[in-house]
Amino acid sequence: MKKVLALILALSMALALAACGGGGETQETGNAGNTNTGTAENTNTATGDNIIKIGVFEPLTGDSASGGNKEYLGMQYANSVTPTVEVGGVEYTVQLVPSDNGSDTSKAITAASQLVSENVALVLGSYGSGVSIAASDTFKNAGLAAIGVTCTNPNVTAGNDHYFRICFLDPFQGTVLANFAMDEFGATTAYCLGEQGNEYDQGLIAFFEQAFTAAGGTVIKDSFPKNNSDFTSYLNKAMDEGADVIFTPVSIAYATQIMSQAATVGVDVPMLGSDTLDDNKVLEATQGTDLQLYVSTFYQEGGDPDFDAGIKEYINTNADAMTANGGDDTIAAVTAMGYDAYYVALAAIQAAGSVDPADIKAALWDVEYDGVSGHIAFDDENGDAIRDTAYIKTANTTDNVWELKTVQTVAE
Amino acid sequence: MDYAISVLLSGVSVGGQYALIAIGYTMVYGILRLINFAHGDVFMAAGLMMIYLSASMPLYVALPAAIILTVVLGFAIERVAYKPLRSAPRMSVMISAIGVSYLLQNTATYVTGGQPMNYPTIPGLSSVVEIGGARVTWVTVITPFLVIVLVVALTQLINQTKVGMAMRAVAKDFETSQLMGIKINTVISIAFIIGSLLAAVGSMLYFTNYPYVTPTAGAMPGLKAFVAAVFGGIGSIPGAVIGAFIIGICENIIKALPFDGATNFVDAFTFVLLIVILVAKPTGLFGEKATDKV
Amino acid sequence: MLQEKKSRTGAVVGLIFAAVMLLLVIVLENTLDLPSGHVLYSVLKKGAVYSLVAVSMNLLNGFTGLFSLGQAGFMLLGAYTYAILTVPSDARDAVYYLFGGSAINFSLQEVFGALFGNSGAGGAVSLVLGVLLAMILGGLVAAFFAWLIGLPVLRLRSDYLAIATLGFAEIIRAVFQWQALGPITNGANMIIRFPNFSNFNITNADGEVVLYLSSFVPLFIATVCIILIVMLINSSYGRAFKAIREDEIAAEAMGINLAKHKMLSFCISAFFAGVGGALFAMFAGNAQAMVYTSNMTYEILLIVVIGGIGSVSGSVIATFLYVACSEWWLRFLDSTQAFSSPTEPTRIFFIVLFAVAVVGGALMLIRRRRRKGEPFWKEVIVWVIAAVLMAWWVWFIVTGALTIPFARTGFRMVVFSIIIMIVVLFFRRGIMGDKELTDVMARLAKRRAVRKAGKEAEQ
Repeated sequence: MKKVLALILALSMALALAACGGGGETQETGNAGNTNTGTAENTNTATGDNIIKIGVFEPLTGDSASGGNKEYLGMQYANSVTPTVEVGGVEYTVQLVPSDNGSDTSKAITAASQLVSENVALVLGSYGSGVSIAASDTFKNAGLAAIGVTCTNPNVTAGNDHYFRICFLDPFQGTVLANFAMDEFGATTAYCLGEQGNEYDQGLIAFFEQAFTAAGGTVIKDSFPKNNSDFTSYLNKAMDEGADVIFTPVSIAYATQIMSQAATVGVDVPMLGSDTLDDNKVLEATQGTDLQLYVSTFYQEGGDPDFDAGIKEYINTNADAMTANGGDDTIAAVTAMGYDAYYVALAAIQAAGSVDPADIKAALWDVEYDGVSGHIAFDDENGDAIRDTAYIKTANTTDNVWELKTVQTVAE
Repeated sequence: MDYAISVLLSGVSVGGQYALIAIGYTMVYGILRLINFAHGDVFMAAGLMMIYLSASMPLYVALPAAIILTVVLGFAIERVAYKPLRSAPRMSVMISAIGVSYLLQNTATYVTGGQPMNYPTIPGLSSVVEIGGARVTWVTVITPFLVIVLVVALTQLINQTKVGMAMRAVAKDFETSQLMGIKINTVISIAFIIGSLLAAVGSMLYFTNYPYVTPTAGAMPGLKAFVAAVFGGIGSIPGAVIGAFIIGICENIIKALPFDGATNFVDAFTFVLLIVILVAKPTGLFGEKATDKV
Repeated sequence: MLQEKKSRTGAVVGLIFAAVMLLLVIVLENTLDLPSGHVLYSVLKKGAVYSLVAVSMNLLNGFTGLFSLGQAGFMLLGAYTYAILTVPSDARDAVYYLFGGSAINFSLQEVFGALFGNSGAGGAVSLVLGVLLAMILGGLVAAFFAWLIGLPVLRLRSDYLAIATLGFAEIIRAVFQWQALGPITNGANMIIRFPNFSNFNITNADGEVVLYLSSFVPLFIATVCIILIVMLINSSYGRAFKAIREDEIAAEAMGINLAKHKMLSFCISAFFAGVGGALFAMFAGNAQAMVYTSNMTYEILLIVVIGGIGSVSGSVIATFLYVACSEWWLRFLDSTQAFSSPTEPTRIFFIVLFAVAVVGGALMLIRRRRRKGEPFWKEVIVWVIAAVLMAWWVWFIVTGALTIPFARTGFRMVVFSIIIMIVVLFFRRGIMGDKELTDVMARLAKRRAVRKAGKEAEQ
């Protein structure tokens, strides 16, 4: 009797979930999307035939959740500003369909195929290169175009014609940071610390090393295991070996730990970080300390005052957005990039003049767009953004804000 | 020189924090023969509760409140997830522990939204002190002493009091002690309460040093502490503590080795050490002769 | 409680069932109007891979009684062996870009290509042979390492063995992440661009797919491997394994060589875990050491226990339910769900489901308490909780609220872990216990026959 009852329960549950999961009628307004805002009402009243779906493939949980949520936030804000797009004289309501890849390359495939099942027109994301590479084939087989927002590893776009990206690449970023360390601090010894087995960390360290040793410097490399919290021995080692800079291109969760422990250990040399460290949690960790933290990134607050004011208002009036942004209204570069990615997607849809994924993919190659983070155009080879500038920011540890240090370019 | 001191100090401090978690593992294992996989996550939950409590009340209220809530959590986990399975196969209980661990981690992700949460500063503990030229926090210095005090108190409790005697009896023989009139459910609950209490204290020390709490923050200390418990001979409290200190210190020495790539094997070394010890002495350093009850 | 020998009809029924399911998958994949890469196919593929690994773990944990937690490590070995041996040589420079190319400059399918040709039917043959050989080698490498580690650790008692094998998996992972081995393992970077399941789709000259086989292939390989494992379990070796599980001393007294049989079970389990790892690499399209963590082992252990320790069909069923539930069916909980109107079918469905779950759950708990004669206050607690939930339910209907409460990022996994806890607590022997699907079907058929006979007798 018990077994039968349980079986009925399980069956009805499975059916219900299949119905909900597969049913197209249910409206998904996203995690930070508040049903009281205009967007949700729009989607609710819209008739079913004039909706175009854009997939959002982001790590909303896991190690990179902090960055993924912020990037998604930029897209949601853009969606609330421009909720419709005109395709061939017909107005379509844009609906963002999020799918959480959990910062995990083994979960990325099903998350990506979830987007394919939702019949999205194209995909934005992901924050984090590993998950993007893992999901690449799924999008390819489904004929979808994907726009990488802040995945900087070369292998995301190399050798395929469906993955695009709007940010700079790691070889560029590594060179920028190496040059910056040499020019600005006259550094000759650099200590590099990355997560063991993390493609992003180790790749960036390798590129940094190439540029740094080519210019006559020496590099000491170390790695820490996953879920490690104690960095004091590493930092003490860096100090003991006489490093002139410490380079830590790591995930936000580790970066916060490293910064707070660097303050304890009394690190008095500059700390260098990559785009992942441009996050208000990391900034918060340096608050009230003597650390000199420099990060390379895509956007500096103040670059576009209208955007800044708009998104700050959006964050401050929406509790979910505030949580997604980590509890304050500091604008992360990834948010600006997410915002730009949304508009690049709209531009591609308009250029294609169709909602067919194949047309959008073909149209993307020629899309040009002037975003808040600068001019965006794709090269003809891999679909990478043509970008030659990186912003170097430094943490102002007394006022808890990022300050623009310099704009660095690299002559090829 | 001061570099060597700082490495050693980090090792002792990390070891002390592992020790506090390892005691929880070893006590539960000694009594129930259960690897309590959820223990590391209780430790993480203690950190998160402290963060949310201290946001809404002063520290001197939040601190004891967090400890009490952690104890309640540990007690509730035992009652809800382990007690109903007492007659079930051992594998089921262990799976239940893994399930609880999943639940705690996922709930933490849901509540925090995946953001690393900043642990509040406890005045005094996180201020910096210089020892032999190495800069460390006070908590680093205090930890080993606190651990020793707690372990002495605990061994007194186990060796001198009636409850302790009951615990030893249950650990020796589950069924017979039941026949002798020992309320085993109470004894098991007490083991969980002590374990959670130490995990709560441990989390305060740990997160004062490493002040960001993520949903997986308990996973690695939990695993290391368990390895420490096995290393020292599971079921033996002094063994767990010594094992924890050895692992903490070894780990930090490897982090400091000047060979290129040595740091790649920080965790791996811990496990190599474990396998070597287990092969040489299958019950761990201080383990009793196997009283196998399978 | 050794089971009596399985009837031959059970095996035949099982084989026919598997064959029909495989055929069904081919037909469905080619006729269903779903985009390639639909989550249904992903779940099928991942389910196939995980079910093989789960059954291999069950062979060890369920049938031999050796508690090992090294499965992720063996999968890693299989995945890397497969990946390293099958990356096409012209893609190697791009894949190993950080290390200036790979130390190994051939791929198995090219070796066979030299024999059978690289295009058309010859290309297909060399692809299949290359992939198969790489997969088997992956299994063998895993089995070899299992043998190495098994020599010292198999002497250990249950939990010590578990923690030692878990440690072994972590050590292997660290070795493969070592940048110094980069020219072989690609260090921290993924190995990509090796043949994966979609390479098995049959295309015509224009590159259009004529026959989709990408879901069939993993299911077929997993089925073959599982059948091999079942044959092993039903052989004299299998009976020796079960004897060891029930009582080591008695088994030894009966003349079973403990060390030999334990090692055999350990290596065979590792072999199939290695093949499973190769399949997982094909499913994921990449091989990266970071994925094969102890969490993966725990996941598989959960599946084995939920399916029933010592039940092969239980493991398979549990795998598909687990994968589909965690990665597909519950995904809608990750974002705010707004229904378009109070009378929308999905909303009504949600309301009915909620009521069934609450009332059914409460009734089950109360029946349990009464049967066991536990104190009355427990029943009161159930009543109160059920009443609160139903009060919310009434409120939800009356106000016509349009969103599922609490649903936002991460809620899916919370609900999923609660479901797991419920299964673990209330079905402590798993879905199937130690029975097989064929046993259950046979019993049902027998019961029906008895009932029918009874009815006839009444008339």
